[in-house]
Amino acid sequence: MYNFDFVKPASVADAVAALAGEEAQPLSGGMTLLPSMKQRLNAPATLVSLTGIDALKGVCREGNMLVIGAATPHAVVAKEAAADYPALAALAGQIGDPMVRNRGTIGGSLANNDPSACYPSATLASGATIVTNTREIAADDFFQGMFSTALHEGEIITAVKFPIPEKAAYAKFMQPASRFALTGAFVAKYADGVRVAITGASEGGVFRWSEGEAALSSNFSAEALNGLSASADGMIGDLHGTPDYRAHLVGVMTRRAVAAAH
Amino acid sequence: MPKDGGIGASTKRREDLRFLTGNGRYTDDLNLRGQLHAYFLRSQVAHGRIDKIDTADAAAMPGVVRIFTAKDFEAVGGIPCGWQVTDKHGQPMQEPKHPVLAEGKVRHVGDPIAVVVAESAEQARDASEAIVVDITELPAAVDMKAALAADAPKVHDDLTSNLCYDWGFVEENKAAVDEAFANAAHVTTLELVNQRLVANPMEPRVAVGDYDPWNDQSTLYTTSQNPHVIRLLMGAFVLGIPEHKLRVVAPDVGGGFGSKIFHYAEEAFCTFAARQLKKPVKWTSSRSEAFLSDAQGRDHVTKMQLALDADNNFTAIRTETYANMGAYLSTFAPSVPTWLHGTLMAGNYKTPLIYVNVKAVFTNTVPVDAYRGAGRPEATYQLERIVDKAARELGVDPIALRRQNFIQPDQFPYATPVAVEYDTGNYDATMDKMLEVADYAGFAARAEESKKRGKLRGFGIAHYIEACGIAPSNLVGQLGARAGLYESATVRVNATGSISVFTGSHSHGQGHETTFAQVVADMIGIDAGQVEINHGDTSNTPMGMGTYGSRSLAVGGSALVKATNKIINKAKKIAAHLLEAAEADIELKDGKFSVAGTDKAVDWAGVTLAAYVPHNYPLESMEPGLEETAFYDPSNFTYPAGAYGCELEVDPETGKVEILAFTAADDFGNVVNPMIVEGQVHGGLAQGIGQALMENCVYDADGQLVSGSFMDYAMPRADDVPNYKVDHSCNTPCTHNPLGVKGCGEAGAIGSPPAVINGVIDALQRGGYSHVTHIDMPASPSRVWAAMNGK
Repeated sequence: MYNFDFVKPASVADAVAALAGEEAQPLSGGMTLLPSMKQRLNAPATLVSLTGIDALKGVCREGNMLVIGAATPHAVVAKEAAADYPALAALAGQIGDPMVRNRGTIGGSLANNDPSACYPSATLASGATIVTNTREIAADDFFQGMFSTALHEGEIITAVKFPIPEKAAYAKFMQPASRFALTGAFVAKYADGVRVAITGASEGGVFRWSEGEAALSSNFSAEALNGLSASADGMIGDLHGTPDYRAHLVGVMTRRAVAAAH
Repeated sequence: MPKDGGIGASTKRREDLRFLTGNGRYTDDLNLRGQLHAYFLRSQVAHGRIDKIDTADAAAMPGVVRIFTAKDFEAVGGIPCGWQVTDKHGQPMQEPKHPVLAEGKVRHVGDPIAVVVAESAEQARDASEAIVVDITELPAAVDMKAALAADAPKVHDDLTSNLCYDWGFVEENKAAVDEAFANAAHVTTLELVNQRLVANPMEPRVAVGDYDPWNDQSTLYTTSQNPHVIRLLMGAFVLGIPEHKLRVVAPDVGGGFGSKIFHYAEEAFCTFAARQLKKPVKWTSSRSEAFLSDAQGRDHVTKMQLALDADNNFTAIRTETYANMGAYLSTFAPSVPTWLHGTLMAGNYKTPLIYVNVKAVFTNTVPVDAYRGAGRPEATYQLERIVDKAARELGVDPIALRRQNFIQPDQFPYATPVAVEYDTGNYDATMDKMLEVADYAGFAARAEESKKRGKLRGFGIAHYIEACGIAPSNLVGQLGARAGLYESATVRVNATGSISVFTGSHSHGQGHETTFAQVVADMIGIDAGQVEINHGDTSNTPMGMGTYGSRSLAVGGSALVKATNKIINKAKKIAAHLLEAAEADIELKDGKFSVAGTDKAVDWAGVTLAAYVPHNYPLESMEPGLEETAFYDPSNFTYPAGAYGCELEVDPETGKVEILAFTAADDFGNVVNPMIVEGQVHGGLAQGIGQALMENCVYDADGQLVSGSFMDYAMPRADDVPNYKVDHSCNTPCTHNPLGVKGCGEAGAIGSPPAVINGVIDALQRGGYSHVTHIDMPASPSRVWAAMNGK
């Protein structure tokens, strides 16, 4: 790791100001950033910690929305979202290991947009809103491909607002080494239709499986997906699975999520 | 019941007190005064010509003391290979130089090019980035068969090709084997890959070199399984330091699994640099570096054939294996695919004719050497897979086919056609025990239940044998070993009766400090707490060849028994003097010497005190003191064997395999500490299951390591393995060592991979996927799914 300066502001405004500095980077849980710095693949001049900002933490119900502060660790979401949005809480409880869950945050995960991360699938399938220090961004507009988002330089996610669905579930097939999603499906049923978001499978990062959504919107049952499969075009192929395998898992994991949804 | 703390007692491991409380003393815990830190700049390409190394800018960086390149090692030898294999034409293997730092060429990703020594590890690494290295990248030889093509890039320009050797065993039998195949009623053929693995001990490698110029004494502290071997190899062949001026210490070592047997460049470097700089020099490997610099394991590609007669008796075996050596010959690499592999190809069976061909190949990859089992897992995997495949082809029960061909108890000692003589065994007994413990009779009902849940249940069987307790020195000398393979022990009885044992073996997880003490305490009849086991320091332990090949108790323990018997014999003489009786009448029981048939007695401490305070002592005929050393050179290998059963489910939708139960019925001969034996089996099974289902070390066509971290190299975790059922009640004690022990350290890793894969194939066959006759390891979900769906 190269030397760097470290600041831990107490307010969003101070954090934004600090991020305006030369080669400054925001640090939330650091579960991706710190390993890359240790490997000397990333060398910020200044790290601006966001976890000292109380306004970015916590889980609260606002009407039919569950609002989660961006610097809330996965373990807290797993516990505090359990009553209002159990599928989201279950997803958070399956991320990484206890260390990751107690350090990693939802804002950090979404800003990083790892194509195999879990949170992007719940965010997209829920049609959630990403709140930043300057604006609100719909999930459909936020994820712009592998490790790419709509965030501007220096823009900070402050919260994520999840509309609470009637039914939802996440089904994750784990990559055996990293235990990231080899393919994960988040299914959420709302009054106006069903949304299905797939993570881990596509070279374009998290995506909505529109054929699956159409079938489930008219009949919310695992059987409705029989015969449906995603195309292998654009799917990730690596040591752990071919594009064909991932395309197959899109159908399997979506069916399992539907069967588990409650 | 065994005496508490004696042979047969499940005494808790005394070393765990410090290990489990974070108070172990590992090499990296050592920080010497004035210590400098080394950082190895390693090649990022698999194959290239070094055009220029410019260290000027780096040398001027803060804290830098000196930068070393190959030029500094011109007067120094290469890293030696400890075994010379002779090929099928009687010619010695091709043996390239293995320089401490790359000379002229880099030959694998991770090959060290330069070393920065600085005041801190961070400064050394910072400066390494300022070294300018110009490399002309060359095409890499990665795939073994492609590497043998006439126009393949040559890993070593001064060799005739990338072929290290072409070995035939037993070459004289080849024609007879071919004839048996021509006359066979049935021939089963299987092509398989035993994939490359990364050992990944919990503690990465560390080396600290130290030099005392006033006494011209060098010391190397290192993470080694065999400090005496390192002293011999490094002192005599690399640095030219005689043994009396070189001390090697391997303190607490956090696992090795074979990868810490070998002499590595980093050890020689730190010792050399400390002498040059007259300051201690430390290197600590990162996990990433370990993936690029620790010797890796396995990596065989094999075509195997089994011939049977019309009654399903095995008549011949023929194999052709390509074995990857990597870029250089690691210490024992040539012996692994040959003498540790070909000699086990008979397995538990009476097959009369066997021919094993092995082509060892240099490639632009990390060197490959022994990893838990070393050659024996590769042999067992081939054999137990092909027996299963033959049973399916013939439509017979795989258990019955094995039993029919087992060597029978009344046939021991049994000379195989591959040069070894099994001393004892009872393979039907271990098979029976495994089937009983696993409730094989209830399998059909359980399979039905799985079917109702949409899962495919299978039961895989393997019966292994291994040759452990290596080895008779005169035999291995004939086979090309450049070392003896005896062990040693010094038993120093102190004046008050406590005992300090010094063993040439090394413990890095095996629990010697507990079990070796149990042996001595049991023989004398004293409390095990009176016995302390010292190991790992060449300055106070007798020469020993180290710990690997499940040999420590069978060979090191035998030396310990010999030394303890010498102690007992002398103590009886002292007791006879004290009791004014004839030596022949002295009996030792429960730590007390008595005169047979009388109540005259003297206790252990009375005798030991007399030995060191010899006021009433036969000084005219006997030396005072009570200390003995013994060396033990085994007369044969030991032959642990066992039956393994793996019950599993395949999820037909995803191809994921879940192991539901794993049963191991092992014959380890006599057992000193059943709890430790069980733990050894558990660990071996986890590694074998890891190989069967998860682990895979993969290079791309350019020689880049694709699985270079735990993000892609899948290590088994606790929830990937089942609760094991382990039994070692079927034992046929070894006939030729004093404890009757056979060794247990590698068994789990040897027997489990074929049991798991046989289970996967069984599940798929029962589930109607009759076209799937083989899946290469690891049987990952994607591979199983692809096989099921013909992808």
